[in-house]
Parts: sequence; C-alpha cells; structure tokens
Amino acid sequence: MSDRIYVSTRKGLFTVEPTKGGGCNGWEITQACFEGDNVTLVLPDHRDGRLYAALDHGHFGVKFHRSKDDGRTWEEGAVPVYPELKEGEEPDINPMSGEPIPSSLKLIWALETSGDQNAGHLWCGTLPGGLFKSDDGGTSWSLVRSLWDDPSRKKWFGGGMDFAGIHTICVDPRDSRRVILGVSCGGVWVTDDGGQTWACRADGMWASYMPPETKDDPNIQDPHRIAQCQANPDVLWAQHHNGVFRTTDGCKSWQEITTVKPSTFGFGVAVHPADPDTAWFVPAINDEKRVPVDGQVVVARTRDGGATFDVLRKGLPQQYAYDLTFRHALDIDTTGDRLGFGSTTGSLWISEDQGDSWETVSTNLPPIYCTRFVKQ
Amino acid sequence: MPRVVFTPNIQRHVSCPPCEVSGETVREVFDGVFATNERARGYVLDDRGALRKHMSVFVDGQAIKDRSALSDRVGPDAEVYVMQALSGG
Repeated sequence: MSDRIYVSTRKGLFTVEPTKGGGCNGWEITQACFEGDNVTLVLPDHRDGRLYAALDHGHFGVKFHRSKDDGRTWEEGAVPVYPELKEGEEPDINPMSGEPIPSSLKLIWALETSGDQNAGHLWCGTLPGGLFKSDDGGTSWSLVRSLWDDPSRKKWFGGGMDFAGIHTICVDPRDSRRVILGVSCGGVWVTDDGGQTWACRADGMWASYMPPETKDDPNIQDPHRIAQCQANPDVLWAQHHNGVFRTTDGCKSWQEITTVKPSTFGFGVAVHPADPDTAWFVPAINDEKRVPVDGQVVVARTRDGGATFDVLRKGLPQQYAYDLTFRHALDIDTTGDRLGFGSTTGSLWISEDQGDSWETVSTNLPPIYCTRFVKQ
Repeated sequence: MPRVVFTPNIQRHVSCPPCEVSGETVREVFDGVFATNERARGYVLDDRGALRKHMSVFVDGQAIKDRSALSDRVGPDAEVYVMQALSGG
C-alpha cells in the first residue's frame, strides 16, 4: 500500500502520511513546502524517488521544481518553452474567442513519467495545448511538434481556461510508446510510436456546449479527466463536461455511461488498477453551479462497468457542503484500496476501503488542485 | 548609470538586489541585470521576452508604455522600479 500522498494546493505542497504512534486519525500532514505559493501539480517519480512540482506564480509565471529528498529541499528546473513565431508567421486564432493563441507557456497541466525505466524521462502537458518531453528530469524540454503542428489543433479551444490545454497523459504500461492524452477542449489523442504521429480518438463523445451539427466532432470534445486501467489498458474512463464515457477498445470508440448518481457532472475520475469495471467519480451539479448535489459531498463508485453505481458518503459532509473536486484532485494507489481526494474548500479525505468510508485529514488546507499517491 | 530596484515580493523566489547597469532603454537595462542573474529573467519577463502580465516597470516614477519590446528610454541617472502589479491579486 502507498504510505504517502502529496497534495498540491493554491498555497503550498503538503505531504500526508499515516499517523505515527496511533491516534484516532489514520493520516496526518507531515510537511509543508512552498508555503504561500500556487502549486498546481505534483509528480512523485517511483523510478528514482524524485519529486516534481509545477508552480504558477501569477506574477512571476509558471515554474518547475524538483527534489531529491522528498521535498525537504528543492531545485528549480526549466520550464517548457514554446517556439517563437517565424518571420511572417501569424499566430493561430482561438476559434471561439477570435483571439490569437500565444506561443507562450500559460500553465503546466499534466506531468507524468514516461513509462519506461529511464528516470528523468517525463511528459508534460500544458496550456495553450503543447505537449513536451524531457529526458533529463526537467533540465530541458522539447516540444512535440508532431502534435503542435497538427492542423486539427487549430480547432481546439479553452474549456474553463482561456486556451486549450492537455490535462491528462496516460502511458500504456504494456508499451510506453503508446500514450493517450486528454485535451480540454480538443478530445482524446493517441500515439503508438512515442509521439511521432497522433490520431484523435474521441468517437462516441458528444458536446452539449456545441450546436447539433458539430456536437459529435471528436476534435472539440471536453474530457475533463481520463483514467486508464493499468491491468487492462484498453479500458479508460473519462469524466467529460457533460457526462461520463468509457472505452473498452483502446479509444477506438467511447460509450456514454448515464447511470452515474447523483449527477454525471464532475472533474475527477479514478479506475481500479486491476479491475477495469471499477471506477470512482466525485459528482457535482452541472454545469453552471458546480457544487455538490444537495450540499452533500459524495463519491460515486461502479463495480460493474457502469451498469450501476453506489453513492458513498460515510465520513463525508452531508449538509451545506460546497466542496468541488478538481480534475487532478482524485487519486487511487497501486493496490486499488486507498483513494484520496481534495476540494476547493481545502478539505482532504482518504479512504482505505475503496471508498466505503472516508477519513477527514483536514478541512483547513488551501484550495486543493492535485493529489498523488506515491507508487510503491 | 541607471539604478534598478526590484519588488520585495520577488526576493523569496530569486535574489534581486538593487543594482546599477548601463543601458538607454528598459530592454538594455534588463539585459544588463539578467546577464549576471539569469534566473531572475523568467520571473520578470515571459518566454517571449515581454514584461509579464502582472508585473509593472516604472522609470523615474512613470509606468513604461512598451511592455513588449521594452523600448522606453532610460536616462543616465534614472531609477527603474520593477514591481508586482496589484492586478495579479
């Protein structure tokens, strides 16, 4: 079982571990890093034990930091840099706003290890839509031009952000050259050759925010977050802007799951690492309100591939609770028994029984953006 | 020689002591500062070399006009202040 979870928030990065010496609570916060700083993502790398953090200093820009000692000390690495426009080249235009899309880093929105055993090999998804690779732990990054230069990318637009962004990177455990991206709003993109070529694979998703004649266009879909089953990587679950979708054929087709209770709207999703039919969501009222249904924080779990859902609420606030869980703030450990999720109101919950019951670790953290269990 | 002073808010991320550097434009002055403090560049300028959105630069009390090319003139005894704009929250 994973014995550590990192929690990145609007005002710092926190380490959470099992309580030492007993006590009524099983988990406690043991370290605070980057106090006061906006830490948007965290990535523990199980290959060499390094810890990576993406920050967004509103005034001073996006930064990338790394630690060799579990966060006690940090070193600043490089951030991905977009290419300058060539002489005479015009910027792409955001198809929704009509504004130029900047060739400039706005946010690091996805960080994942490469899936091979080469420590330091990382993938990075960003706003305004570029995918980057590093072979040296973030000392340098290179833009994956095959995706950036794809003509279809010009149709992408921002979902909840000013510009399109890559928020999910799933590396196939069978073959690290196969990588699946979630883009808001740009659909699902797949490479089988390590990023040399890409294809958009979102058939079956549909968009309620588009007119009828374009709602099925795969290239403008808004999957909020995608989770891949490690034991059966052809099965992925997607929490989309207007519902939940699942693929069982490696993204060739997606089927809508309409049975999620009490709502099909949300941001985060987790799938059991060994059981593709078991997945978790944190529902909220769509779309304008984005608060828990009836002021009750719940987690929805299916164990039968979406045929039915359990609504789990033991240990979660059930009255006047307005916690929203963002897309990176729900995680599951490698056993599939422990889950953790955090909210916009700074509450963090951990379950050790697949969500049947939840322990409140804190209700006083800053708004939580990302939770990551350390892989064992 | 122009004198450049940085907001206290930046100091906890990267040390930017006041310094005197030569230059006749804001760009030239910044190039001089960052030549010996490269890490600070990314905290003040974006990846296109423009002034970050929520940063402000004042030359002798006047906010600069050209936030992209940083072509505002800087006199030989000018005081250049690099501040954090309130618009950033």
